[in-house]
Amino acid sequence: MLSPYIPIAIFVVVATGFALFTLVFSGLLHPEKYNKVKLEPYECGIEPLTDARDRYSIRYYLVAMLFVIFDVETVFMFPWAVIFDKLLLFGLIEMLVFIFILVVGYYYAWQKGALEWV
Amino acid sequence: MSPLLLAQVALTLFVFVMLLSSAAVMVYVERKVAALLQQRLGPYLVGPKGLLQPIADVVKLMFKEELRPRAADALLFTLAPIISATAAFAAFAVVPFGAETTFFGLLDERVRLQVADVNVAVLVIFAIASMSVYGIVLAGWSANSKYSLLGGLRSSAQMISYELSYGLALATVLLVGNSLSLTDLVNRQAGTWLGFIPRWFIFVQPLGFFIYMTAGIAETNRAPFDFPEAEQELVAGYHTEYSSMSFAMFFLAEYINMVTVSAVATDLFLGGWHGPLLPESLGWIWFLIKVAALLFFYVWMRWTLPRYRYDQLMAFGWKVLLPLAVINLLVTAAGVLYFGL
Repeated sequence: MLSPYIPIAIFVVVATGFALFTLVFSGLLHPEKYNKVKLEPYECGIEPLTDARDRYSIRYYLVAMLFVIFDVETVFMFPWAVIFDKLLLFGLIEMLVFIFILVVGYYYAWQKGALEWV
Repeated sequence: MSPLLLAQVALTLFVFVMLLSSAAVMVYVERKVAALLQQRLGPYLVGPKGLLQPIADVVKLMFKEELRPRAADALLFTLAPIISATAAFAAFAVVPFGAETTFFGLLDERVRLQVADVNVAVLVIFAIASMSVYGIVLAGWSANSKYSLLGGLRSSAQMISYELSYGLALATVLLVGNSLSLTDLVNRQAGTWLGFIPRWFIFVQPLGFFIYMTAGIAETNRAPFDFPEAEQELVAGYHTEYSSMSFAMFFLAEYINMVTVSAVATDLFLGGWHGPLLPESLGWIWFLIKVAALLFFYVWMRWTLPRYRYDQLMAFGWKVLLPLAVINLLVTAAGVLYFGL
């Protein structure tokens, strides 16, 4: 019996191969008549003055940090949910304590305005 | 090659081709349904009733010039559409779409109708679905265009915000089903209550289904959460600078992600291939009907609801959907404990 993960690997290889093949194949077909203006980034017809690698809103970092915190908790709930039929009341109380600690952090973040968008 | 291995390879290629054609069908359906809802005709010139329109689109895109801004990061710019498409395809690999079958007695052993039978399928889907954000963020950043950058940032913030509720909705199903294998979860939904209500998890978990679908629509960047594109403000968001086939790759990825979200929803909430009237060996017909209904729902939503404002989207995700998902999880746990669902 094959390892169940090998078909996934085959599938990924097929998908990547398909993407590469279509990109290369279309590369053989289409015309290439480039000039300077054509290779500028799109900016509503105005000449771009600055590079796009500029500063941007701090909010995106905040969201990413909150995500890292809460996503780890989500992953922790997966094994708990699967064996909940064996943990029963003990498991429920454990999870209530765990989520209570989480809610304290969540409430703090909310009050600090981390969840507000501007 | 042994017949079993041959069947596995054939099944893998079959699923791949079906996914590709499902994207083509969705392009057609989307345009036809949009036309229907707006009292237009939609595509009707290419082929009978416009059925060949998706093929015409692909051929047209193939002959289009491929542009890459001079200031773009060449490697990442080329890599991003490939990552997007691969992640979209890979997620479907663990989704079962029919009961075990011997293909009408052709094989000695029974094979499952899925590419890979993994016992932690839910985790694999969750992991690969998170991968798709890389394609978008790299596309947005590498193009070195302001619209792309904003679209990519917005999109990644949106996707990671809704991933929490998505994950919690999945965890709630695991509470009821006690397994990480999609095949097991589907088989828990066989049979009926009181003789006529199917034992689907949607009847135990209506709120879970709502949270899953909302987060799923946001994850796939579809209206009313289609901020990465948001034509009126961002031109085309993260794929502003893409053209020709690399643009088509993003399009393909979006449609295949929709199919995957619908297929997983069918397996988790709508009883997978179980349904009345048809025998178990023809269960895949039920599966197709359910997935098609969910996909129609997707398109229907897109052409009915206007887009939210970005701050509304983030507020909804963090302040409404996330607490709702946590409460739903705890209530379900208590329900499992006291009523033994």
